[in-house]
Amino acid sequence: MKDLRIWGLKKSPWVYHLAAASCNNCDIEILELLTPRYDVERFGAVLVGSPRHADALLVTGVINRKSLPRVLEVYQQTPKPCLVIAIGTCACNCHIFRNSYNAVGPYDKYIPVHAYIPGCPPKPEAMILGVVKALSKL
Amino acid sequence: MSVWLSGWRLVVGFIATALFVPVVGLVLTWVDRFVSARVQWRKGPPFYQSFADILKLLLKETVVPEGVSRTVFLFAPLLGVAGMSLVALILFYSNFNVVVLQQTSFLGDIIVLLYCFALVPLAFIVGASASRNPVAAVGASREMTLYLGYELPFVLALLVPIVKVAKQWNVASALRIGGLIAYQQEFGSFLYSVSGVIAGLIILFTIQAKLGFVPFDIPEAEQEIMSGVLVEYSGAPLAVFRITRAMMVLLLPLFLITVFWGGLRDFWAVLKFVLVFVLIVLMKNTNPRLTIHQALKFFWFILTPLGIIALILAFIGL
Repeated sequence: MKDLRIWGLKKSPWVYHLAAASCNNCDIEILELLTPRYDVERFGAVLVGSPRHADALLVTGVINRKSLPRVLEVYQQTPKPCLVIAIGTCACNCHIFRNSYNAVGPYDKYIPVHAYIPGCPPKPEAMILGVVKALSKL
Repeated sequence: MSVWLSGWRLVVGFIATALFVPVVGLVLTWVDRFVSARVQWRKGPPFYQSFADILKLLLKETVVPEGVSRTVFLFAPLLGVAGMSLVALILFYSNFNVVVLQQTSFLGDIIVLLYCFALVPLAFIVGASASRNPVAAVGASREMTLYLGYELPFVLALLVPIVKVAKQWNVASALRIGGLIAYQQEFGSFLYSVSGVIAGLIILFTIQAKLGFVPFDIPEAEQEIMSGVLVEYSGAPLAVFRITRAMMVLLLPLFLITVFWGGLRDFWAVLKFVLVFVLIVLMKNTNPRLTIHQALKFFWFILTPLGIIALILAFIGL
């Protein structure tokens, strides 16, 4: 039963794109994943509109005082075998905003993060690799 | 009624409904995704993709939002599956029964089918309204408007074969699907007459809307209202909704072929199904989403007059 569940998760990871105060560069690169060149749908990954349908949250952007409660709420509303993948250096370690009065730290201080994908922005290949690594850890 | 649901027919019908229709429907959902991917120069998902999706959703946590009516929220998906199963049972029974075709199933089964098809939008509306989400409420209101839009031309187009049978053959078999098939075997399909072509075209457009495929996927618009009616559903209920949609993908084209294009009894029915299905998928891939008032205008002010014209032609005998 557990194997079946993991197989299902690996073969159809639906992702929800959670853009929390990023500069939109990572977001554009995420959309690149769906284009014919990278086409992640061949692995079963679909971009869904609601966190209720999601199996993986792609979080981008430096976390700040305003976005923290929203991010936590979306994380709590996602049904639970749920991966969190931090995309971009901002999401991994706050990048150049580390000393800002408004930045409250990287995501792994608040929610469990399963994969870190550094880069400003990371390449789509790096994102696919990150998702594959996060899925193979299951 | 005693012949209708008895003995081995009941067992065969039950197996066909419970296994054949969802499985074939899910495979067709994959075909749809694969063809869409090829149209967009992508590689597309593997053949077991729909089954992996359903399996994953069934084994996932189901979140029931705070403060909703649990019973209604979890019962709504079953309503749609129940409706589609009844449609499958009546449709296959009318087509493949071996006794006299005109007396298969019961008088007025085509009206029952009409109501069973209406159960699916009803399930979506009830589920979305129960979920206490403003976005789902917008989706529910759009679903309702769309349903009011396409049901009028759908009924008008369905009246065309009924009127033709009643005028040219006998009134008793006009309201049975078996009677419609028997008429077509005797005198040729409805699709080969002027009124039949118009009515068939109208049914094709309403099928697109009933399936929630692209020009008419207004209630579930992913980009603007976050998959609308389904926004609060997760896990098993979402899987049931997806199975309902998959069953519709199989059953609605079969319904069109049964009523307008000579029934499912010969080998050609498979090719006819492929043709109708490809038409639907291509229509899905080459059109942008309409807004709700554009869709309503299209159904009420273009298709409904066309349906009335087809009905008048059917009365004349064309």
